[in-house]
Amino acid sequence: MIIETGHFALALALALALMQVVLPFWGARTRDANLMATARPLALTQFALVALAYAALTWAHVVSDFSLVNVIENSHSTKPMIYKISGVWGNHEGSMMLWALILTLSGAAMALFSRAIPPRLLADATSVQGLLSVAFLLFILLTSNPFARIETPPMEGNDLNPILQDPGLAIHPPLLYLGYVGFSIVFSLAAGALISGRTDAAFARFIRPWTLAAWIFLTLGIAMGSYWAYYTLGWGGFWFWDPVENASLLPWLSGTALLHSASVMEKRESLKVWTIFLAILTFSLSLLGTFLVRSGVLTSVHSFASDPTRGLFILGILVLFIGGALFLFMLRAPTLTGGGLFAPISREGFLVVNNLLLTAACAAVFIGTLYPLALEAWNGSKITVGAPFFNLTFGPLFAPILLLAPLGQLLAWKRADLLGAAQRLWFVAALGLVAMLGFYAAQGGPVIAVIGAGVAIYLMTASFVEIWGRVFPQGFRKRANAFGRLAGLPLSAWGAALAHAGLGVTLLGLAATGWGVEKITKVQKGETYQVGPYALQATSIEAAEGPNYREAIVHMTISRDGKEVAKFDPSKRFFKTRQMATSQAGIVTLNLGQVYVAVAEQSADGAFDARMYWKPFVSLIWLGALVMSFGGALSLADRRLRVGVARRAKILASAQPAE
Amino acid sequence: MRKTLIAFLALSALASPVHALQPDEILADPKLETRAREISAGLRCLVCQNQSIDDSDASLARDLRTLVREQLKAGKSDQEIKTFLVDRYGNFVLLKPPFEWDTAALWLSPFALFAVGGFFLWRKSRNRKAEPAAPAPLSAEESEKLKALLGGDANPAPQADKS
Repeated sequence: MIIETGHFALALALALALMQVVLPFWGARTRDANLMATARPLALTQFALVALAYAALTWAHVVSDFSLVNVIENSHSTKPMIYKISGVWGNHEGSMMLWALILTLSGAAMALFSRAIPPRLLADATSVQGLLSVAFLLFILLTSNPFARIETPPMEGNDLNPILQDPGLAIHPPLLYLGYVGFSIVFSLAAGALISGRTDAAFARFIRPWTLAAWIFLTLGIAMGSYWAYYTLGWGGFWFWDPVENASLLPWLSGTALLHSASVMEKRESLKVWTIFLAILTFSLSLLGTFLVRSGVLTSVHSFASDPTRGLFILGILVLFIGGALFLFMLRAPTLTGGGLFAPISREGFLVVNNLLLTAACAAVFIGTLYPLALEAWNGSKITVGAPFFNLTFGPLFAPILLLAPLGQLLAWKRADLLGAAQRLWFVAALGLVAMLGFYAAQGGPVIAVIGAGVAIYLMTASFVEIWGRVFPQGFRKRANAFGRLAGLPLSAWGAALAHAGLGVTLLGLAATGWGVEKITKVQKGETYQVGPYALQATSIEAAEGPNYREAIVHMTISRDGKEVAKFDPSKRFFKTRQMATSQAGIVTLNLGQVYVAVAEQSADGAFDARMYWKPFVSLIWLGALVMSFGGALSLADRRLRVGVARRAKILASAQPAE
Repeated sequence: MRKTLIAFLALSALASPVHALQPDEILADPKLETRAREISAGLRCLVCQNQSIDDSDASLARDLRTLVREQLKAGKSDQEIKTFLVDRYGNFVLLKPPFEWDTAALWLSPFALFAVGGFFLWRKSRNRKAEPAAPAPLSAEESEKLKALLGGDANPAPQADKS
């Protein structure tokens, strides 16, 4: 009964979504405030219904209801509870349910927190959001129904793919989807603005919080996915330029460009056409990613089961939304007028360059991902586009951003003094060069690592030069009231500085991979192996039993200069139901670097094949992403920039005592 | 305890995939081994998603790793080994697509896009520079007209309101 309730709720949500497409849109045309006002209750109820359906599916997984095909195929009664709950989205149908849940959540959030948006624009935007819901709910109900029953339920299920039985599954997909699908709000608002013809600077204000929120989640989701790959795959790789990874990087790049161009539109009324184009592009790339992953065009650990009907259906959704939005854009773009003028050397000018570089880098990833598919369809020749291609194209297009970002922060709007800004950076630039020499002296090694690390130090420090300048406008010696100025700095200034510095932190982690040490050898009980500065000893080997797997554990100790610093237990798991083995790497973080050991086969003499690594500063790759997201969150928390608080802020300001 | 371990190993040997580069594959000569690693890093495991044969667990990747090392021991050059593999598997085996007539668009388009975008912006910024400059001085004809308008009739021309 619970299952049928869920199934019915999903169908009802579809009906409400259809109403949401028609009613507010019609209301906006006839200027009927009552019809336009239906948007909010419709969006909220729709979310509640999809949430109910989602809860019903989760219930079936939790109680191992093997009358559901979806549960049989992806669950097992002995599977740990966390994977019963997160396993709901560890398969095609369930992950589409999560997609729909977050899509309707986005719709509800937009309807709820957009009181400052003009009613007609909001009505058109909710109508577009409703159309998205219709498309995806239809997709689930027609091609990927998770509530399908089976006549004679088996006693036991097939269990979840062991690679997915990992805490990463509980975190990575929801974060990624919140990012991917969160951009749907920005898309709907852009489409709504184009339909209702309201594309002034206020539009940039409306999309700002949603763009930022989606960007924060996407950043975290990508970083989490990368760390998951790093500790699961057994050799410490964290980015493969796999098409599925690229699919998540594309909206991130264009979303980052959007954040920057929207700031120009908001403050200077320039780049309107471009900002609206990016708003459409970013979610279009999210849709493309979904198509690539869900259609079966690509095969990977992410694509689960796939069949051609689903592919065609998603392709249809893709064509409808991207084509429709671009058609609207084509109709309206010529009527949009440019705003404030600016000289090439100005904050705006540099943000334009930032957008050019980010878009070109995004295009490199896009072309590299889709070219093999297109070429094979065209002349049948099969090629591979792997990491070397992306390093040679994406690399040079992205690298200038790392150098120019701090400079752009120091430039004034409209017209700026480039030399003056560069002079303010000489100290940190020198610091970066000294760091290069220092790293070379300490580690030696590949030139690219040394240069990368130096640039990283420059970027981390240079990102704060703007704040320094605002706190000490007349130099450090005349620092009267410095604390007052520090406290008075807007959160968004800290946000921008931290986001840029976070990029530097990630860069340092990436550069340091050049100094990694690798040892591939057999590990005997009692033997000691030197990996970089650390001595690793295998103390004992143990067989253990997990809830749905058996495990061989190698207990190891790490010592440096004869002193023990840590213990860890890399292991190898064998899952009975799926007859598959996974390697649980042993990882210990020491001084921001990590000792990484993955064990494989055991030979007759009892020794394990093992890969052992010392990876200096490697944790910075993901810590940098955390810093970036935290910067985004600070910016999002800035009251002054939140929609609809301008009035309240004014009251607060007048209530404050004069200085 | 020991029995479970043995049973476990027997089972896992049956079912588990071969792992990424293993100790028994490594060549005794460190120079040759370094070359083997360099070549492997550029070769795709044909049955995986964009993984090099060095990183892949697939048994095919292991076969290719062994093949590369055998050829190295036979004294073949890096290029000879790559050519041998491309003859056998096509360009699909190379992670770095070669620059050929049908991949030229792949290699050049990101930079072409950057160049075209850059050129467009450069032209636009030049136009913008021209805009705020002082308006062009009136031509002789226009000065005459203005004089006539100002001197001849005190009322401004009706069109002037619109501009």
